[in-house]
Amino acid sequence: MSEVNNEAVTVSVMNQLPDASIQGESPLFHADLASVAKKGPKTGGVTFKEEALMGQITLRLNAENADQLSAAEKALGVALPTQPLTSVVEGDVSVRWISPDEWLVVVPGLKAFEVETALHAELSGHYQVVNISGGWTIYKLSGANVVDVLKKSTIVDVHPSKFPVGKVVTTTFAKSGAIIRRSGESEFELVVRRSFADYLWLWIQDASREYGLVVQA
Amino acid sequence: MSQKNRLQNGGRIDRSQPLTFTYNGKKFEGFAGDTLASALLANGVDIIGRSFKYSRPRGIVAAGAEEPNAIMQLGATEATQVPNVRATQQELFSGLVSGSTNGWPSVDNDVMGLVGKFGGKMMPPGFYYKTFMYPQSMWETYEKVIRKAAGLGRSPNEYDPDIYDKVNQHADVVVVGAGPSGLIAALTAARGGARVIIADEQNEFGGSLLSSKESIDGKAAHAWIADVVKELEANDNVMVLPRSTVNGYHDHNFLTIHERLTDHIADRAPNGQVRQRYHRVRTKWVILATGAHERPLVFGNNDVPGCMVANAISTYINRYGVVPGKELVLMTTNDNAYHTAIDWHDAGRKVQAIVDTRQNPEGELVKAARDRGITVIAGSAVIDVHGGKRVNGVSVASINEDGSKITGSVKKLSADTVASSGGWSPVIHLSCHTGSKPVWNEDVLGFLPGKTVQKQLTAGAINGTFNTAGAFEEGKKAGLEALSNLDLNAVEVAIPATIDVKESKAMALFHVPHTKPTSQAPKQFVDYQNDVTAAGIELACREGFESIEHVKRYTAMGFGTDQGKLGNINGMAVAAKILNKSIPETGTTIFRPNYTPITFGAIAGRDCGALFDPERYSAMHKWHLEHGAKFEDVGQWKRPWYFPKAGESMQQSLDRECLATRESIGILDASTLGKIDIQGKDAREFLGRIYSNAWAKLPVGKCRYGLMLKEDGMVFDDGVTSCLAENHFLMTTTSGGAATVLNWLELYHQTEWPELEVYFTSVTDHWATMTISGPNSRKLLEELIDSDVDVSKDSFKFMDWKPMTVAGVPARVFRISFTGELSFEINVQANYGMHVWKKLFEHGEKYNLTPYGTETMHILRAEKGFIIAGQDTDGSVHPYDLGMGWAVSMNKPFSFIGKRGMQREDCVRAERKQMVGIKTIDPNVVLPEGAQGVFDPTAPIPMPMVGHVSSSYWSACLGRSVALGFVKGGLDKMGEKVYYPLVDGRIVEAEICSPIFLDPKGERQNV
Amino acid sequence: MFYIYCPYCGEHREEEEFHNQGQAHIERPADPDSCSDEEWGNYMFFRKNPRGLHHEIWVHAAGCRKFFNVTRHTVTYEIKEVYKMGEQPKVVAE
Ligand SMILES: [Zn+2]
Repeated sequence: MSEVNNEAVTVSVMNQLPDASIQGESPLFHADLASVAKKGPKTGGVTFKEEALMGQITLRLNAENADQLSAAEKALGVALPTQPLTSVVEGDVSVRWISPDEWLVVVPGLKAFEVETALHAELSGHYQVVNISGGWTIYKLSGANVVDVLKKSTIVDVHPSKFPVGKVVTTTFAKSGAIIRRSGESEFELVVRRSFADYLWLWIQDASREYGLVVQA
Repeated sequence: MSQKNRLQNGGRIDRSQPLTFTYNGKKFEGFAGDTLASALLANGVDIIGRSFKYSRPRGIVAAGAEEPNAIMQLGATEATQVPNVRATQQELFSGLVSGSTNGWPSVDNDVMGLVGKFGGKMMPPGFYYKTFMYPQSMWETYEKVIRKAAGLGRSPNEYDPDIYDKVNQHADVVVVGAGPSGLIAALTAARGGARVIIADEQNEFGGSLLSSKESIDGKAAHAWIADVVKELEANDNVMVLPRSTVNGYHDHNFLTIHERLTDHIADRAPNGQVRQRYHRVRTKWVILATGAHERPLVFGNNDVPGCMVANAISTYINRYGVVPGKELVLMTTNDNAYHTAIDWHDAGRKVQAIVDTRQNPEGELVKAARDRGITVIAGSAVIDVHGGKRVNGVSVASINEDGSKITGSVKKLSADTVASSGGWSPVIHLSCHTGSKPVWNEDVLGFLPGKTVQKQLTAGAINGTFNTAGAFEEGKKAGLEALSNLDLNAVEVAIPATIDVKESKAMALFHVPHTKPTSQAPKQFVDYQNDVTAAGIELACREGFESIEHVKRYTAMGFGTDQGKLGNINGMAVAAKILNKSIPETGTTIFRPNYTPITFGAIAGRDCGALFDPERYSAMHKWHLEHGAKFEDVGQWKRPWYFPKAGESMQQSLDRECLATRESIGILDASTLGKIDIQGKDAREFLGRIYSNAWAKLPVGKCRYGLMLKEDGMVFDDGVTSCLAENHFLMTTTSGGAATVLNWLELYHQTEWPELEVYFTSVTDHWATMTISGPNSRKLLEELIDSDVDVSKDSFKFMDWKPMTVAGVPARVFRISFTGELSFEINVQANYGMHVWKKLFEHGEKYNLTPYGTETMHILRAEKGFIIAGQDTDGSVHPYDLGMGWAVSMNKPFSFIGKRGMQREDCVRAERKQMVGIKTIDPNVVLPEGAQGVFDPTAPIPMPMVGHVSSSYWSACLGRSVALGFVKGGLDKMGEKVYYPLVDGRIVEAEICSPIFLDPKGERQNV
Repeated sequence: MFYIYCPYCGEHREEEEFHNQGQAHIERPADPDSCSDEEWGNYMFFRKNPRGLHHEIWVHAAGCRKFFNVTRHTVTYEIKEVYKMGEQPKVVAE
């Protein structure tokens, strides 16, 4: 735990991870997806995978402040996408535009504190960095019928002409919400809230049933 | 006697595929391609129900969505019951089980006749108003009789096993209706590169072409249709939806489409397939190509089975190979209906006569009929129908030129079928859904779509363009217009060749006169489904209802499941006549979604069963499940309510949980509390504006309780906010209020004080929160933290927080208390919540660490007089009403939200209801929450009420009941009596006291 | 079901992503403490209910969480204009 002081703004930062001897439990830990993957079908129209225990960081800053943008780029190794509804991927760092002054940074779980610290080191002025890794998880949906499942679940237009690869939207998903990003022609990533994870997993199983659901561990 | 009305050949049915079905318990046979209606007609079934008020036998009158009578109950099992299915739209399948919905106990036998007559008197026009108004208590009784007798169907009593789902669609153009105009419109839009959805309620595309013998481009119409459908289906940008009714047209071009995927195959969807799909479509342009419904004429006894709309008969002959009778009389106001007599004649059955209401009919079709030797009786009308369960004859009389009166003697003709046509009403329903008022057109003799703000185009019969060539032209034009509006290039689409038939002018006639005045003439039905007659409408007008909207409500015209598709315009014409107005002067007709009834299954989609509503779980949810928790819904959260042990009642569990906490340690999963991370130079200033108390000087490492008020000064949420660093705070909110509070902060930040430098981010789900509470909680905590961290009384004070490692996991621990006990709230990253929770139990066993849920939490806090926002507050109490003036800082420089509001005259008056403790004189009595107090239990009723009980529990720790509640001027009435008269007649005597029942000095938490 | 253009996301989204927050352009009095009860009551409770153009605040609640203004026709439900916080409407009632 430390205090970071930038231009007289002081916030509290702490590494929230224990040492490796203690295993973290992602929101779908209890579903034992490894066994499901082993026992379940190997082919189907939709493939599901939980990208468990990733590091997620909310970054707030002023997109019109060039100094902040370059500071963020320096810390992340990639420039923030300032075009609405876009994302960038660079190595193991991906950044999603959420709002004109908000981004979601996703990194490997063990890298989160490092990135958080780097952001604080580079940024100054009015900004916010919040580690939210425990609050969210990532679902990867892919396959020939992935668009059909999305059409049952979300009200945004997922036609490739309106939702190209790289686009990201925060929207409703079933009766909950998700940050949806098209990561490939027939591959989408959903960032979902921990508390809704179980409901959404149940929903996805149901919505995929007619196409056949393959679970990957 | 099987299929006596079936023709040897012709039609779109497959005679090689016979299908057996059941209707009212009897087995029948039809063919693949039949509807239930065409199969029933083929089998000579005349009566398919009894009428709403008069219990008159009724037969099939139409062939499509407009059918008012043939409303069926479907389903082979209890679980698959579907009410309100139009037999004319239900495709036949092998094993279909159907029954009349109206006809109790049987449509053929007249048991209901008696009730019917009784009902007829009981239900004059205005029935709804009269019964709703007086005696209201009778409505339930009426309702049962009406439902049973009237044929509104019944829902299944078992869980529907089928799957229904919802799909969100987006399109450039949605074409509604796949008749000639719709097909060409879709083809044009699709060739131009638009994303197109074309939907039609029927199993086959083609619309009007399916009912006629017309040829297109020199080939049979169905061959041309097949070519078009093939091209559309091959186009990736086109979604072709047969058996799909566009049921609603909503704001900003949003359509709902009800697609029936397996209703034509079997009683239950086979192999777990989706049975019905509800498409929610957002589209840039809509092309309405919805066609028209033929209007029957209104004449005496026009409801006797065998009376049908003319074009429906042509449909049955040409599409289904069924001639629904032997001897036809056709009454028409126009040339077009002559097709029906010609079709009937060509099918080899007898046309008794065509009764044409016009004085000198002379179109090509008139000639074609005469050439076949069919008698045409001009200037005349069928004024009455004879027969009971089936037509056996008609009375015909000559009428004057405008059809207002009988001019000659009445003669009788024999017939078993009466076709009538009063012209065509464009199907403008969807265009009405978004508020567009239809406009009367004198040439069309019908309403056309009115001005709209929607991005809507129309083509074909909906515009009053009733010939196929015209429909093609308009379809192409609409398609091209859509393309141009979408900035897409125009394309070439050839208009198919059709044979033009010249028709002469139609006559405007709706209500056929009778020799007697309408009130004394035989019943002339306008709305079959609701048994509304011309006389009934006249009566309504005479009783003073001049607006057609009032007439409709008074008579219930158009209020059936068919929405008056056949009857509304005739009803308006009858009203116009009696009011001496033109039809447009009488008003207009408005239709609302849905166009035809839709199943609840489709509306619910997958939002049912386990998916009905999201269930939110904390990181420790599985532990709660494994330890037998009973759950309570808090918002969408499933929170442990209490943890019963084997054999325990709820109260026993609560007593045990409460005592264990006060005597040793209890543990609560508090993860559901809303948590907001607040950072920025102005975070402190912002908190000062949004909370009622002061935040300017809260030191780092300290926590503070705050009340959040609305501008009116009333409490809407509360919670503890901790200062993590000089410009960094962690706010907690109530579990149910998390989203509302975050929105509230953003609202004020974005709209009122954007200059304040502060950011808010929800971290509710990020932190798992567990509260250990009780005298041994420090001991337990000490076992799990590093030895160099001092959590002793003096170095970790009440309302302090400290970072530390708990069970190996970095944590923020807050020494705050909602129980009044020594208490620590441990926050760890949620992925490690379960680990820490389990470690606490490993070490806590020796202290009898007891998990407790929301109910024990409520009791423990009530013993201490702590409020729960939303339970003890209801938007009408300010901090002073709660006795919480200590949480208000009136001298903050900024006028915080709620400050001015709570200084209003009403907020500072004496005798406001104030929160106090309520101690029942009999300690064993637990007051019901919501009970109203009075000062004088002997006062006459209605007694002046002085406030309600907001929280009330049995306190095992105190061995008596405790309650919090509101009493007028209560804070100044300590020790005085208040009485609670209960619904069971008891009056509970109680004493007004401090809300703090336990440990008023707060010694227990200061250890 | 409205189809609303979010000026921050730069595209139309379905109504269920948004919440209406009531009439726009109501400014919180700069000095509430010196308002009379009547002035304060007007600020808190009195709202326009026009038949025609209405300026309202909406929030893209399920999306970018930004507040913005919408000029909506209360009879036809047409959205005539969408503009950001702090801006003034161009389309106004005559
Ligand atoms: Zn937005």
